[in-house]
Amino acid sequence: MEWSAAVGSGALPSSFMTPGTSSFSDFLGATAPQMLPGARSLPAGQVEAPHGTTIVSATFPGGVIMAGDRRATMGNVIAQRDIEKVFPADEFSCVGIAGTAGLAVEVVRLFQVELEHYEKIEGAQLSLDGKANRLATLIRNNLPMAMQGLAVVPLFAGFDLESGIGRIFSYDVTGGRYEEHSFHAVGSGSMFARGSLKKLYGPELSEADTVAVCVEALYDAADDDSATGGPDLARKIYPVVLVVTTDGVRRVPETEIGAIVNSVVQARLARPDGPTGLRST
Amino acid sequence: MPFYVSPEQIIKDKADYARKGIARGRSVVVVQYSGGIAFVAENPSRALHKVSEIYDRIAFAAVGKYNEFENLRVAGVRLADMRGYSYDRRDVTCRGLANAYAQTLGTIFTENNKPYEVEMVVAEVGDSADDDQMYRLTFDGSVADEHGFVAMGGQSDQIATALTERYTEHLELDAAVTLAVSVLAEQGAPEPRTLESAQLEVAVLDRARPGARKFRRITADRLATILSDPS
Repeated sequence: MEWSAAVGSGALPSSFMTPGTSSFSDFLGATAPQMLPGARSLPAGQVEAPHGTTIVSATFPGGVIMAGDRRATMGNVIAQRDIEKVFPADEFSCVGIAGTAGLAVEVVRLFQVELEHYEKIEGAQLSLDGKANRLATLIRNNLPMAMQGLAVVPLFAGFDLESGIGRIFSYDVTGGRYEEHSFHAVGSGSMFARGSLKKLYGPELSEADTVAVCVEALYDAADDDSATGGPDLARKIYPVVLVVTTDGVRRVPETEIGAIVNSVVQARLARPDGPTGLRST
Repeated sequence: MPFYVSPEQIIKDKADYARKGIARGRSVVVVQYSGGIAFVAENPSRALHKVSEIYDRIAFAAVGKYNEFENLRVAGVRLADMRGYSYDRRDVTCRGLANAYAQTLGTIFTENNKPYEVEMVVAEVGDSADDDQMYRLTFDGSVADEHGFVAMGGQSDQIATALTERYTEHLELDAAVTLAVSVLAEQGAPEPRTLESAQLEVAVLDRARPGARKFRRITADRLATILSDPS
């Protein structure tokens, strides 16, 4: 039903009232495309923007863990030492971001609103695969900026309520989506983190042990990648660690992480390259 | 067929039409209680909702023609999410939404051939009962700031009178829901009837709920427990 939005009437435009999409980013694209992160046309050129990261994720019986370091670099300068790169996406999933910090945080915000918007409009949550696909679309829409050097690469993990397990999804800059098994890492330090996880991870480890293994992996990444920050014991800046189970997303409190980090660091004083094998459960 | 109809007549006809449509439907009661705001709707459908979440502390309830208030609900969610995304979550207010709804309903009433047969409430729960807000919007875009309770749809005058006599502030949730259900059940029918939980849709904006989102639906089981409690 079309009605003329009289000039100055202040009424909501008819596009707001038209049923159709439950996707917030599609709605923005139709009514206010300038608000989307990837939609701006940019002149050619290079811009200095904060980068860098390691994000790790690992499943355990009953859920999945995601942990990220706290450093953002701009060339050789540490732009921020306590940036947060792992966020809850909604009640049962979380997302960690590598790449251009400012853009990545905006993509996460948009993704969080996207998921909440769908749930409110439809009255039901998206399936975990649906959520992973929506994130892929958001990354794909950022491809023009990625080709200018402003890339965003997320890691997505969640608890699948239908199958009762934690699942991990990785992405590339074109928006390709790949399901990972057991563990994965993204970012400039991901190779080192993955090497560490290869040796320390076990699929039957407890939640607490899996958290410790993730912290070890981040430590190893920081050991070899200057763009990844190790734990700052003086300022008490520790990795952000999220745990997703059937009870929802929980951020491991700073006191608990501090204790784990301190025990990892103490062990490294004796053996700097880290533990030699699987932890005993 | 007259050539000329006076504007007053056109407006009066539209208003009568909308009022009749709203009075034909089932009622909704919105009630402030100690822990927040409760929405109790007579609604036999489990899939189609009269009460919905708009944003963290804001909810929407409506009576009238379903597809019309469903459009308004979706528009409200879109507006709230856009505001929250471009500014901050705390910048989404019930007052702003009520204004947008008033403008929209007013424009539809004046410019459409057929007005929306809709009456709605947008409510926001605050940190304390003094900060709770309720706005009632009618089919022609009038907004009213309400306190305590709102009754809409069906025999709303009868329900409002009954609530004026029996409502008190700072009721607990169970007492507020029981009161709302009993006034809904009494109105209209000559013989007394009871409303079962399957015929009701109940939701609350719960101040004490952890997290940002305060909206919560009361499940059928929980509702049955509240209604069966004799006290």
